[in-house]
Amino acid sequence: MTKFELIERLAEMNPHLYQRDVERIVTAIFDEITSALARGDRVELRGFGAFSVKRRDARLGRNPRTGDSVRVDEKHIPFFKTGKQLRERLNTDG
Amino acid sequence: MTGQTVTRAQLSEAVYQEVGLSRNESAELVESVLNQIADALAQGEMVKISSFGSFSVRSKSKRIGRNPKTGTEVPINPRRVLVFRASHVLKDQINGSLAKPRSGRTGGA
Repeated sequence: MTKFELIERLAEMNPHLYQRDVERIVTAIFDEITSALARGDRVELRGFGAFSVKRRDARLGRNPRTGDSVRVDEKHIPFFKTGKQLRERLNTDG
Repeated sequence: MTGQTVTRAQLSEAVYQEVGLSRNESAELVESVLNQIADALAQGEMVKISSFGSFSVRSKSKRIGRNPKTGTEVPINPRRVLVFRASHVLKDQINGSLAKPRSGRTGGA
């Protein structure tokens, strides 16, 4: 399912809304999660899962092709932990 | 880093601010979005949200685990796990994206 298909499904369920409004709603939700993570906040959606940001320290990596040492700066990576309810659902439904 | 936790309440508020719906309906829509994603994943479908990331379901086969405290062998049954891959757009947003060089060579600067 793509973002567009998600919007279509929601529009079908909400015939009183214009599809372009459903699109704005879906975008607003993911934008809100993105900006929370960009601030370093955690996003906790009980039953679904939690998004957080983890720090990766600077390290000395290697260019796998040439073997040269490459400095890799400290960076932050987004992380998702599946919620209990969803994890259980994945292992019960079809 | 502010270290706050954002929940459904803030997502509903963002929806409420974006379109002229009631707070109640905004909250219901947030719930519907999460449910649609969960339903698709439960059916083994991959979910791709452009410029955010993708969720996919991976099947793990049976393996022998160990209780780290006692050392006893415990069988771990085959199961399905959810994997989230963040898009570059999301990763760049988190890292400031301010034309920050991704890496530099040693001895360079």
